[in-house]
Amino acid sequence: MQNPYLPYPVRIDEIITETEDKNLKTFKLVFLNPDDEEKFSYMPGQFAELSVAGKGEVPIGIASSPTEKGYLKFTVNKVGLVTTCLHSMKPGDIIGVRGPLGRHLWDTLKGKNVVIIGGGFAFTTLRSSIVYMLDPLNRMNFKDINAIYGSRSPGMLLYRDELAVWETRDDINMHITVDGTDDPDWKYNVGFVPTITEQKAPPGNSDTYALICGPPIMIKFTQPVLDKLGYAHDHIIMSLEMRMKCGIGICGRCNIGKEYVCKDGPIFTLAELDNMPKEY
Amino acid sequence: MKYINIDKKNWAGGLENLYGNYRLFGPAKNNKHHIFKELGKGELPDLNYLNTLPSPKSIAFPQSETMFEYSLDENKKGHHILKEINKDYSPRALIGIRPCDAASFLLVKRNFDTPEYKDPYWLRAYEATIFIGLACSSPYSTCFCTSAGCGPFHEDGLDLLLVDEGKNFIAKILTPRGEKFIKSAGWETEADPTVAEKIIKNMKIKAEEKIASFVSTDQLKNKSTTRLYDATFWDDIAFACINCGTCTYVCPTCWCFDIQDEVSRNSGLRMRNWDSCMYPLFTIHGTGYNPRNTKVQRVRQRFMHKLKYYVDRYNDGIQCVGCGRCIRLCPVNIDIRKVCDIMNNYGSSSRLET
Ligand SMILES: Cc1cc2nc3c(=O)[nH]c(=O)nc-3n(C[C@H](O)[C@H](O)[C@H](O)COP(=O)(O)OP(=O)(O)OC[C@H]3O[C@@H](n4cnc5c(N)ncnc54)[C@H](O)[C@@H]3O)c2cc1C
Ligand code: SF4
Ligand code: SF4
Ligand code: FES
Repeated sequence: MQNPYLPYPVRIDEIITETEDKNLKTFKLVFLNPDDEEKFSYMPGQFAELSVAGKGEVPIGIASSPTEKGYLKFTVNKVGLVTTCLHSMKPGDIIGVRGPLGRHLWDTLKGKNVVIIGGGFAFTTLRSSIVYMLDPLNRMNFKDINAIYGSRSPGMLLYRDELAVWETRDDINMHITVDGTDDPDWKYNVGFVPTITEQKAPPGNSDTYALICGPPIMIKFTQPVLDKLGYAHDHIIMSLEMRMKCGIGICGRCNIGKEYVCKDGPIFTLAELDNMPKEY
Repeated sequence: MKYINIDKKNWAGGLENLYGNYRLFGPAKNNKHHIFKELGKGELPDLNYLNTLPSPKSIAFPQSETMFEYSLDENKKGHHILKEINKDYSPRALIGIRPCDAASFLLVKRNFDTPEYKDPYWLRAYEATIFIGLACSSPYSTCFCTSAGCGPFHEDGLDLLLVDEGKNFIAKILTPRGEKFIKSAGWETEADPTVAEKIIKNMKIKAEEKIASFVSTDQLKNKSTTRLYDATFWDDIAFACINCGTCTYVCPTCWCFDIQDEVSRNSGLRMRNWDSCMYPLFTIHGTGYNPRNTKVQRVRQRFMHKLKYYVDRYNDGIQCVGCGRCIRLCPVNIDIRKVCDIMNNYGSSSRLET
């Protein structure tokens, strides 16, 4: 019997400090047993439990894309026990990865226009989605791709080098924004994500899906904008966060109504959420 | 169907014969109440009991259980890598389990044994266990098993049903595992099936007549989840609750757990421990935000899970076998039977709606 609680051992290959407040670090992980990489076959939007022996596990969205071979990437905000310990680790250290966990909706998105809307450090799985869709083998499976991504200030944006490259490409319309900046050389937008969404996002139709990840306040103010733009609730896809332990729908911790966010989510359409208790 | 007569004079001898082949677990008196414990050689289960205070769920789901071990010593090979632990999954027999509690194992199996994931700890222990039931002749006033999907002579989940006839037990063999168990005990006196069946039928009717309380669950499925969730009655239901968690700990059908690491010097264990939706820490995020921050939200979660979410998810009754433990042991007398009726009737009569 396979033990779904047993993490795959991985080695920290590289640690990148992403933001100016140093609270976000990206961990590049390499499987100790190459066979495990094959078993860990994932899609953007899924997450994993990162396991630190002696401290515990944390659910973290997968920031790398399945098109990037040989490693996994996770971007971790320093919050409490496990994440603080992760932030103190160094390349070469051994941790564990358990997953991939959660569902994805890529069958629905095939052949459609995709609008990505992200705020703050919740951009991690959206990065995975963008890298995945822009891969030469996948790009023809999607129509127009728009991405709106904002943070408080330029120094708080994740993956800045990649953002700059995406800005110059013509197969994705990238709209980077910050709440405010005193940098005179800032080339991109200034304004909150909902405002920029209203200005830049294409109108909703049956062929267009919005993927939103961000802090609750951003989601709260973006939703009416999407309504106004004509997005149906089953064309708005969001990712939820709940405290988790098992990640496989067994420990009973992360339910909203009858759904376990870890297993039945973490992504839900707004139409699904409309029928669930507002307990998140 | 095969029936065996076990003369009580041969009871101890039979258990003695079983001792080498099975680990035996049975009810035993601990201070004032009964619990299930592993029986030593020559120790007899105390079958003179109504039911155990905690449920026997711990046979497959210990209150605290080690999952993995690891070394944090960088000089050791394989340090920081979690390793599985060898556990004793040799055959074990749960002797004298009540039919409601046996039914709870089948109910809980839905959670631990899913098409996508199998919980190896629960499942291996469950598969190693043979369930020797003891039919109930004198239920508690708080028992409502007959309207919660089982009953005092219910057989689902059992390998063998023992019916106490005073001087002897009639053993009804329900599975090949039950038959094997009887054989290795050496109890061989077959009972006339027609006679045995008749005796059991009569005792069953009498026992069922003694069940004095009921719940109605027929409307739960039809109710709107969000309307039940938003109903105003939750404040009243939760008012007296002190969030002690007793109801969830003693319940045979509560399965929630926490996972924690424990370190001593250079070696560590990953453990799982029973947890409870009654506690604020159950759902609090690392940021301090808690989607179930208030007592009423947590009480609502317990009842909505048992009586609505579970009902909708599995479409096969409520997540409760009617053992009545949570009613008997709640320090402030919160009663799932009343809550179930309020939920079941919600919206169909204005009196009950508030
Ligand atoms: C599906 C999903 C994806 C996530 N993706 C990311 C990500 O990409 N990057 C990132 O930085 N954070 C992410 N989070 C949040 C992250 O899991 C928490 O910040 C983290 O668990 C906090 O753990 P801690 O030990 O540092 O904090 P503590 O407060 O010390 O937490 C102790 C334990 O509580 C649990 N816990 C606490 N907060 C949360 C929480 N918000 N969600 C789930 N479990 C929690 C964990 O099991 C943890 O081991 C995600 C959460 C979910 C549910
Ligand atoms: S036993 Fe009673 S008081 Fe304690 S948590 Fe359960 S309902 Fe509340
Ligand atoms: S909810 Fe109460 S009555 Fe129902 S199985 Fe659990 S302890 Fe028994
Ligand atoms: S984290 Fe255990 S059920 Fe979702």
